[in-house]
Amino acid sequence: MNIDYVKVSLSSCGIAAGADKVYACWEDMLRRYSLKVELKKTGCLGFCYAEPLIEVKGKGLGPVFYGKVMPQDVEEIVGRHLLKGEIVERLLYRLRFDNLFHNDEVWLDKVIFVKDTSGSIKAKEKLAGILKESGYDDWQVIEPADMGIYDKGIVVDIPQKDIVYVCLDDNDLEEIPSLLVSPSPERRFPVFSPHQKRIVLRHCGVINPESIDDYLNAGGYKALEKALSMNREDIIKELAEAGLRGRGGGGFITARKWEIASQTEANQRYIVCNADEGDPGAYMDRSILEGDPHSVIEGMLVAGLAVGADKGFFYIRAEYPLAIERVRKAIEEAYRCGYLGKNIRGSGFSFDIEVRLGAGAFVCGEETALIASLEGGRGLPRPRPPYPSIKGLWGKPTVINNVETLANVAAIIDRGGRWFASFGTSDSRGTKVFALTGKVRNSGLIEVEMGISLEEIIFDIGGGTLSGRRVKAVQTGGPSGGVIPAEKLKIKVDYQSLKDFGSIIGSGGMIVMDEDDCMVDIAKFYLGFCIDESCGKCAPCRIGGWQLYHILEKITQGRGREEDIDKMIRIAYAMQKASLCGLGQTAPNPVISTLKYFREEYQEHILNKRCPSLRCNDLVTYVIKEEKCRRCGVCQKTCPAEAIAGDKERGFYIEADKCVKCGRCIEVCKFKAIERR
Amino acid sequence: MNKVKITINSSDIFVPQGISILEAAKMAHINIPTLCKHPDLPPSAACGLCIVKLLPSGKMVRSCCMPVEEGMKIITHDSDIVSVRRTVLELILSAHPNDCLKCGRNNNCELQTLVSDFGIREETFDKYILDLPQDNSTCSIVLDPAKCIKCGRCLEVCQEVQGVWALSFLGRGFNTRFAPAGDIKLSESPCVKCGQCAGYCPTGAILEKDEVARIWEALRDEDKYCVVQIAPAVRVAVGEGFGLEAGTNLTRKLYALLRRLGFKAVFDTNFGADVTVMEEAAEFVERFMHNKGPLPLITTCCPSWVDYMEKFRPDMIGHFSSCKSPHEILGVLAKTYYAQKYNIAPQKIFMVSIMPCTSKKYEITRSDEMFASGYQDIDAVLTTRELIRMIKQAGVDFLNLPEEEADNILGEYSGAGVIFGASGGVMEAALRTAYFLIEGRDMPEVELNEVRGLEGIKSACVTIKGREVKVAVAHGLGNVENLLNRLREHKQGENVPLYHFIEVMACRGGCVGGGGQPYGATDALRRKRMEGLYEDDRQAQTRFSHHNVFVKKLYTDFLGKPLSNKSISLLHARYKERPLYVR
Repeated sequence: MNIDYVKVSLSSCGIAAGADKVYACWEDMLRRYSLKVELKKTGCLGFCYAEPLIEVKGKGLGPVFYGKVMPQDVEEIVGRHLLKGEIVERLLYRLRFDNLFHNDEVWLDKVIFVKDTSGSIKAKEKLAGILKESGYDDWQVIEPADMGIYDKGIVVDIPQKDIVYVCLDDNDLEEIPSLLVSPSPERRFPVFSPHQKRIVLRHCGVINPESIDDYLNAGGYKALEKALSMNREDIIKELAEAGLRGRGGGGFITARKWEIASQTEANQRYIVCNADEGDPGAYMDRSILEGDPHSVIEGMLVAGLAVGADKGFFYIRAEYPLAIERVRKAIEEAYRCGYLGKNIRGSGFSFDIEVRLGAGAFVCGEETALIASLEGGRGLPRPRPPYPSIKGLWGKPTVINNVETLANVAAIIDRGGRWFASFGTSDSRGTKVFALTGKVRNSGLIEVEMGISLEEIIFDIGGGTLSGRRVKAVQTGGPSGGVIPAEKLKIKVDYQSLKDFGSIIGSGGMIVMDEDDCMVDIAKFYLGFCIDESCGKCAPCRIGGWQLYHILEKITQGRGREEDIDKMIRIAYAMQKASLCGLGQTAPNPVISTLKYFREEYQEHILNKRCPSLRCNDLVTYVIKEEKCRRCGVCQKTCPAEAIAGDKERGFYIEADKCVKCGRCIEVCKFKAIERR
Repeated sequence: MNKVKITINSSDIFVPQGISILEAAKMAHINIPTLCKHPDLPPSAACGLCIVKLLPSGKMVRSCCMPVEEGMKIITHDSDIVSVRRTVLELILSAHPNDCLKCGRNNNCELQTLVSDFGIREETFDKYILDLPQDNSTCSIVLDPAKCIKCGRCLEVCQEVQGVWALSFLGRGFNTRFAPAGDIKLSESPCVKCGQCAGYCPTGAILEKDEVARIWEALRDEDKYCVVQIAPAVRVAVGEGFGLEAGTNLTRKLYALLRRLGFKAVFDTNFGADVTVMEEAAEFVERFMHNKGPLPLITTCCPSWVDYMEKFRPDMIGHFSSCKSPHEILGVLAKTYYAQKYNIAPQKIFMVSIMPCTSKKYEITRSDEMFASGYQDIDAVLTTRELIRMIKQAGVDFLNLPEEEADNILGEYSGAGVIFGASGGVMEAALRTAYFLIEGRDMPEVELNEVRGLEGIKSACVTIKGREVKVAVAHGLGNVENLLNRLREHKQGENVPLYHFIEVMACRGGCVGGGGQPYGATDALRRKRMEGLYEDDRQAQTRFSHHNVFVKKLYTDFLGKPLSNKSISLLHARYKERPLYVR
């Protein structure tokens, strides 16, 4: 078997799932079997739910992705795939992209993937039989462990034809042979089109982030070379045409920022890469830095060229050790290869980059607080104006761009602003990376065109909820964002649409909630985050957030009062209007949006002292259902609080005042007779 | 300066470009409420009360830090704005103890005033007060962080204006608190006790250490012979506590008052200042004319400055005048010269200094030389604010008292002595006498306008006997640091000193702006207080310390001459390097 490479995704998500051990195992196995196969480290492809993720590519058989690979699985992959050319179905994951791989190459010859995603029909055997009967016995039928598509009947994926049919029943399978002959298959059945569009993540999971050669081979630093031949105004013009807006949350027009800094009179200007990502559950920037650090460096170089800066800083939170390591290594290599330092590529342009570590304060992602921290002070926001583009780091014009923003720059310069602007919507061009997490099945990093609906993201890319329960809401924009209820999931993901719904795109956190989630509790969670992260400088945020949190806490404990809702609205309004920085202004958003869409849940908590999702423990009672109880008495023996009274003759009941709601009784009851109400 | 046209509440107004909306509104006769913005300090943008609305967007912005722009349309008050301000104020109140009645700032608190103005009559939100202990570790200043509203003024003053960095914010979010950096005691910190933090604090979170009760005790003690002195800057500020205009000179009423409080003799620190001038001028002449010691000579009347130098800039100690501060000089003279003349046992004398200063409370025990009489030369220091309270406690109708004179032989003063309370005054006073010592005649032009006013670093050049005497005056320790840096840079190459004589005061404006003065000091107020002192100088019988007959008498009868052995042992001190942080 002719194998081109084996890639192991080694970013934080992969390593957390054990990818480093799997990598070591691969090294070991390749040595043991004396296989001359290139073993590559890559960053994260975004399919974090499938980590550790392995990609194997060989002649006519690849790329093949194996998900949730454990060290003990490696030998099997080596033995069957590398040596015999067989696919290991039980580990096979079909991943959905659209433009990650070049279309002119056919990766998987005469292979059909099939799986019944709804029931348990033996689709594989059936299709194999049909193909054989029709004389297609040279076609291989494979049933992956995970199709990436769920609850859509039988799914048939024909890579050679680049098409995926969904919602088939077993009768439909009869027609598959006829679809194999046509040069471009007919769309007789519903087809599944992948929704991801990779610009920012173009190299993530593909190249080795620790190798500048990999980056150069993938077309890296071409944009810089191009920019070096352009004049400053034209670079900014290109960016303006692209319509790129800041991806850190603010959504400010990037070209405008650069333009202001370039036009401000100064003897020194700075470029700062804001890598102080801090939203709970969001890790877009980390993945980019871990998977493709050179693209960010290249973006900074182009920014430096455009605004006339010769010094750049990476401000990375210290909790991202791998990102820091890879960025440092990338900087080192860029210096070595002459892409950083004095007189870059003989152009006369010089640029230096330094890495500074943040101590993990969320507020330091706010640009003026970040500046204060970079300068060595306490990370406190400063009043704006003056904006950093005019008066920033050490009083000099400073462009502060988020990681994802900068990762877009090289692609824009390389392929043109107009190309970039062809993606997305009129006010939100290009793509956006989201960290899709929460109750969703396929949690991970996704990159989608602006304007996609939340529904498509959650159901088509995310695969719906893991629990199978109904989606209740989705939270976007992290602690500064808001929740959008399930009935509004048709809305488009772009700056304005989400804002209209009381949320924001923010930096790209997207947390899916199902019916087990209590919206009051969610609001409390976010407020809890904000009060921990408030810098304490300004009163509306410092005290307002604290008060809001404690009112929410009271409500979840059943001590809420009717007037609390009005109090919260008053505080939230004052925080929005009177807080100094974005943190305080947006901190009440989760409260405001949950109050807007789930007010009845608040009222349930306050008036009826009930948590409809049974999330708020103080409002939940444990009850033994008499009709189901077999009076075995195990619960009574297990209860640590001796809260279960009664005996085998008369039956058992739970004394609410003694119950500590630990849930042990539910765990031990074999008859499911104990219920939370 | 370029002007821009803006609209404030539908009236158009031209205001200088670049000023804040808050300042512009003031020009339109609107005082936008704020708890953190102080007229003399840059905006910290902490309280969130000063929000205004911009039209047409309706966006609310903080007026303290938003500069005006041409065509800006601003609404400074409507129901929406007032309601947000009220909520913010209620939030601030929810984190502030309801200790008003027993607070040092009761009736004089910016928060209390605003809460009253907004008619807040109930507690809307649950109370959350940080449980933080007071810091009583210094003898000058008491920190009560539970009362802090985190406006940041004290930090701005301590860090940026004074450059001391003793105080900082610790903790985050709701648990943010101000404390000596490193969470140590104030006495262990680099604090120089200038008390500016207390003067700028809008609430009772930083106060002077109150010693009024101790004074009452002493006055009642029959074994004690209580005497008192008042510093120059006190007389022009004490009236503010009784509704008078800043700068109103109440010297003679103070003499009358202090007798009525029970002091057996009332002296004037200005007399001590005149003696300081005699010694310091002599010291200057020694160094300037006879090369006995390094130049520039730097004054040492200000104990915060002395503390600063010993901690931060010990390399400059050689430039220090060894002459003690005026009240210390008066103290030692009271327990020696006065005691002998009037045949009073010095151990019975209880000497109280009324000072504009919190640092003087520290100074009286700072080194062995403060016990030069054999006893503690000054027994207690009261700040102007404490004196005002003491007057009110006694119920004396201060303003309607008859005017009286101070007690001899330590009460008479010259115009040179009284201007010690204003930045530049010591320099002027000392030059008047130095000129006399060198030239043998009085200066024809006594007023040296270049060293007056609130410019951070002032300098002048005076020709004495054909030689140029270059002098500089700095006030506010941040400015002092800049001046010292200039000196240090100059020192590298040159043999000729950049300056010959330097006056330094730790507080902005000198003692008139001291940390123990009545609250609400602004530059405007400081100027008025200064003017009160300069007017006293103009009205004085003599404007030269060396012509003060009681000073002459002191030297004839007791000390001999300036820098005599007796003078040195009683009126002079030495300095030493001190650690910035004490463990």
